[in-house]
Amino acid sequence: MKRFTSLFAALVLGLGIQFSAAANTVAPDALVKSVSDDVISIVRQDKAIQSGDTRKAVSLVETKVLPYFDFAHMTRLAVGKDWKQASADQKGTLTQEFKTLLVRTYSNALTKYRDQQIDFEPLKAKPEDTDVIVRTKVRQAGAKAVQIDYNLEKQGDNWKVYDVLVAGVSLVTNYRDEFGQEVRAGGIDGLIKSLKDKNKQIDPAVAAKK
Amino acid sequence: MNKNSKPESTLLRRSTLAIGLAFAVAGCAGPGGHPKDPLEPMNRATFQFNEKADKYVMRPVAEVYDQAPLPLKTGVANFFGNIADVWIGVNNLLQGKFVDGLSDGGRFLLNSTVGLLGVFDVASEIGLEKHDEDLGQTLGYWGVGDGPYLVLPLLGPSNVRDGVSLIGDFHFDPLMQLEDVGARNSLTGLRFVSKRAALLGADTAAEEAALDKYGYMRSFYMQYRRNQIFDGQPPREKDPDEDDSSDSDNDKAATDANAAGGAADKSPSPDKKESQ
Repeated sequence: MKRFTSLFAALVLGLGIQFSAAANTVAPDALVKSVSDDVISIVRQDKAIQSGDTRKAVSLVETKVLPYFDFAHMTRLAVGKDWKQASADQKGTLTQEFKTLLVRTYSNALTKYRDQQIDFEPLKAKPEDTDVIVRTKVRQAGAKAVQIDYNLEKQGDNWKVYDVLVAGVSLVTNYRDEFGQEVRAGGIDGLIKSLKDKNKQIDPAVAAKK
Repeated sequence: MNKNSKPESTLLRRSTLAIGLAFAVAGCAGPGGHPKDPLEPMNRATFQFNEKADKYVMRPVAEVYDQAPLPLKTGVANFFGNIADVWIGVNNLLQGKFVDGLSDGGRFLLNSTVGLLGVFDVASEIGLEKHDEDLGQTLGYWGVGDGPYLVLPLLGPSNVRDGVSLIGDFHFDPLMQLEDVGARNSLTGLRFVSKRAALLGADTAAEEAALDKYGYMRSFYMQYRRNQIFDGQPPREKDPDEDDSSDSDNDKAATDANAAGGAADKSPSPDKKESQ
């Protein structure tokens, strides 16, 4: 019954992928692998994305990748201790703006994808763990492999990514100093404003679409 | 005044004065600044200079180089990677990682011969993984603190420990052993361009991701070096918010809010908005 309801909701929202995973729990490493394989096979065939069509890359990320990310958690990590000062409204706006920023930046990165190969390291986790790291290495000719680690958290039956580390650098907590600086200078609203300005500045067309 | 007779000592005095001045300015940076970056005003100035130099010189050169066919670029990167393996191996030995150090030596022998002077990385193909070590990491491995953050002219983000260590890295750099100045300089230049070209793409991502690129790069460098020192497996840093994310301890929240409020009256580095 639950499964039937989800299926219905999926049809309505047109987000089939989000719910097909909900039906039966997928192991975190298998999840990351299937999502990356999926995305890479699309990028390999899509000439528009390869030639730098950011909007197409954004929509690919929005449908294929976003359902597996917990942006509220990511934003809380990025803001750090100042998160507590924020009202529920501000938290919502912050999450939305931070999400836009990350999606935009890394969708652009996707258009640079060429022939890298992703290796998955064996998952070191116990079955009862609810917080795991999936370690991968992206190999490309002529360069040292780049380590990309995904932190996932189990929420109910689903695993959600809440942090991504590239060469050991968290794409989330890397913002903490900058965000703290913004909050000290202009409060939570100051930070929100900076994020909004930044999002407009990167690509007005995509920002308006949201 | 015999200014002309002792140019070195004047230069020395001047640079000492400059450094002293930088420290004095840094001392006034106030509590709003980053605790690891007391030299922020000086660093920001160097950063601005580097950005300009990169925009008008390094990046354009790297973009031209990037047009070369991939096998050629790969060969060049592999060649420089191969000669670097010697010093990487030495640093692994200095850190007591004997297996890794021997593997690096093996890589160098194999790639220098079978790999035709390192142009082909055959060692990686048979499973001898490439490592990444330098003197700064060796010192960090043995517990030497990183010291204040430092932006070096043209070389970019560093810190006092890594900056000083570069002198050692440089001294034992195989290219610096070349007698022929012309060859030494051209090869050093080519290596620089090859490394810069490899970062094309990543640099635009940083540009798009950052609210304040200076702060973003600073944070990035600190995390990146920590990861290198722990060979890719650093212990997860304690998140100040994680322990109390349940919002149960309101006392702590109040203290944090107060601390943030107290820091707000000294606005850190007013020039940071004009970074573009």
